[in-house]
Amino acid sequence: MGLITSLLAITLRAGTSLVYATIGETYAERAGILNLGLEGIMLMGAVSSFATAYYTGSLALAIIVALGVGGLMALIHAFLSVTMKANQVVSGLSITLFGTGFASFLGQRLGPASNGYYLVGLTGPRFTPFDIGGLANVPILGAVLGQDIFTWGTYLLIPLAWFYLYRTRNGLSLRAIGENPRTADAMGVNVNRAKYGYTIFGGMLTALGGAHLALAYTPGWSENITGGRGWIVIALVIFSMWNPARAITGALIFGGINAVQFRLQASGTNIPAAFLNMLPYLTTIVVLVAITWWETLSKRVGSPASLGTAYVREDK
Amino acid sequence: MKKTLRIICALAIALSVAGCAKKAEPVAAPAAPAAPYKVAFIYIGVPGDLGWTHEHDVGRLALEAAFGDKVKTAFMENVPEGPDATRVIRQYAQDGYDMIFATSFGYMDPMAEVAAEFPKVKFVHCSGYKTSENMSTYFGRIYQARYLSGIVAGKMTKTNIIGYPGAFPIPEVVRGINAFTLGARSVNPKVQVRVVWTNTWYDPVKEREAAVALLDAGADIIAQHQDTVEPQKAAQERGKFSIGYDSDMRKFVGDSVLTSPVWNWGVYYVDTVRKGMDGTWKSSQYWGGLSDDVVRLADFSPAVPQDVRDLVSTQKVKIVGGTWDVFTGPIKDNSGKLRVNEGAKMSDEELLSFAWLVEGVVGKVQ
Repeated sequence: MGLITSLLAITLRAGTSLVYATIGETYAERAGILNLGLEGIMLMGAVSSFATAYYTGSLALAIIVALGVGGLMALIHAFLSVTMKANQVVSGLSITLFGTGFASFLGQRLGPASNGYYLVGLTGPRFTPFDIGGLANVPILGAVLGQDIFTWGTYLLIPLAWFYLYRTRNGLSLRAIGENPRTADAMGVNVNRAKYGYTIFGGMLTALGGAHLALAYTPGWSENITGGRGWIVIALVIFSMWNPARAITGALIFGGINAVQFRLQASGTNIPAAFLNMLPYLTTIVVLVAITWWETLSKRVGSPASLGTAYVREDK
Repeated sequence: MKKTLRIICALAIALSVAGCAKKAEPVAAPAAPAAPYKVAFIYIGVPGDLGWTHEHDVGRLALEAAFGDKVKTAFMENVPEGPDATRVIRQYAQDGYDMIFATSFGYMDPMAEVAAEFPKVKFVHCSGYKTSENMSTYFGRIYQARYLSGIVAGKMTKTNIIGYPGAFPIPEVVRGINAFTLGARSVNPKVQVRVVWTNTWYDPVKEREAAVALLDAGADIIAQHQDTVEPQKAAQERGKFSIGYDSDMRKFVGDSVLTSPVWNWGVYYVDTVRKGMDGTWKSSQYWGGLSDDVVRLADFSPAVPQDVRDLVSTQKVKIVGGTWDVFTGPIKDNSGKLRVNEGAKMSDEELLSFAWLVEGVVGKVQ
């Protein structure tokens, strides 16, 4: 039981940043905007929030800055792909390239002179898991409750994001935009304004995922702190079939398998380490294949039909 | 969607390479009489990693400090191993650089390829084995410093379990784990070193998760062969000690880092460039150790008691003096088989192809 509890605790912690970004990207893609800039936005969220926390000592301000930076970067993507009707793949990739490079640049310039202007290696304020007293020793429950505020945030975010998408009028419009923007337009939805809104919202959540790394999970800034998690999220969105409620499973499977495989190795297992290291990615691929296969068979689920295409009102 | 994916892949590959280039070019001094000796460095990461690349960059700065205007250095960071490395190295050669240092194993073949095209340029590759008329290799016997750090860990562990996140099961890492374990067990035969392979040189999150898994398994000291300080930070948060690597990680993490085996490339770089400048450079295979000062053991944390420091310095004197080296038999592997006979010493060739773990290591090479 103790092992399961400790595994669950680390899995929830590891999956948190993925959940934020997955839900953010799900909303953007539901609005028909494919944002491949996640990796760059996460990194910018991480570096900006850490720098803010370091200089002001305020974690609240750090989160606000991360939200602002994420929103701003997504705004660039929205402007390029909605207003300029640029290719969303190209625009998203440039956001990632820009974000990765710029975050790295900031990490080498924003630091104090005493540290050679590097942000790396500094310790700033951080979020710590809540101290829940005696409850921490309760199996399962202790792991769920004894988390930091970001993980707690996902407990709220997941049901809310699901409810909004499937049980509200706005959610219905959002799904309509992704499937058939012309119909949504006919319903009286301001399609392009909504696309802007959800893309920016998605960027803000994604940056929050980055901030979780820099402020709570691996506190501090290190180069390329996300280690490609922005790309994993792209797969996790498909994995969860554009459903926020399923975002948690993908993130947890991915985060959880890593936690399990390291523990297996530490216990001196006979399973080859190379195989264990491959597992999270292998599972992602297998599930993706299975889902795509099931999708074609049942024709029930699938990517939003207008994903990646710009909406032109006068188009005949 | 398929087509989009294909475009994504193609672009991602093409573009991931194009970014992140930076050159450090000091303002050219107009009064300099002769053209400066131009030296380029190829980095696998960024100088801000506080580890591997950081130490190479410190070496580059040592060059500038030693030669001033007479040398001009440049570096390219985040260069992927493979065809892109070929392109970057060739570019420096075409731009008239006199000497090029490539600081990662995977640059070996690209460098050998370019070296054949530019016989007048001197190529120097870190941690590989291919050489030619104008291509050298260099590396350091960091295992000697790791052995010493193992003594510290062996003396200071209470649970007798030491965690060791390792990047890849290749001879370089295996050699380090073995030296560390031999050091730890020389002072405490009950020590177990548990290895977790992360399959990455650089991933702060994974490195931390590996360290946490080891701490959960009962380890009370975390050593490592990775490129970030995350395993050290994870240990500190649990109130445990750690042993750093690459750079003096105590500076970045705190006194919970007992000591670190560190690189001191400046010594080698200054010497090599000097030889290049006065024309005495010859292709060679350099593998310096503690005695050359190219590898070191960083200063101890105040937490390390005096008797442990004395033990370390006794062994250090033996290694530096050349009277004894780490891999002297008897050495058993972790299945109990005697691999090195009493009094025998492993050859450099054997060390460079190390593929088994010594007794006391819990883990596998595969």
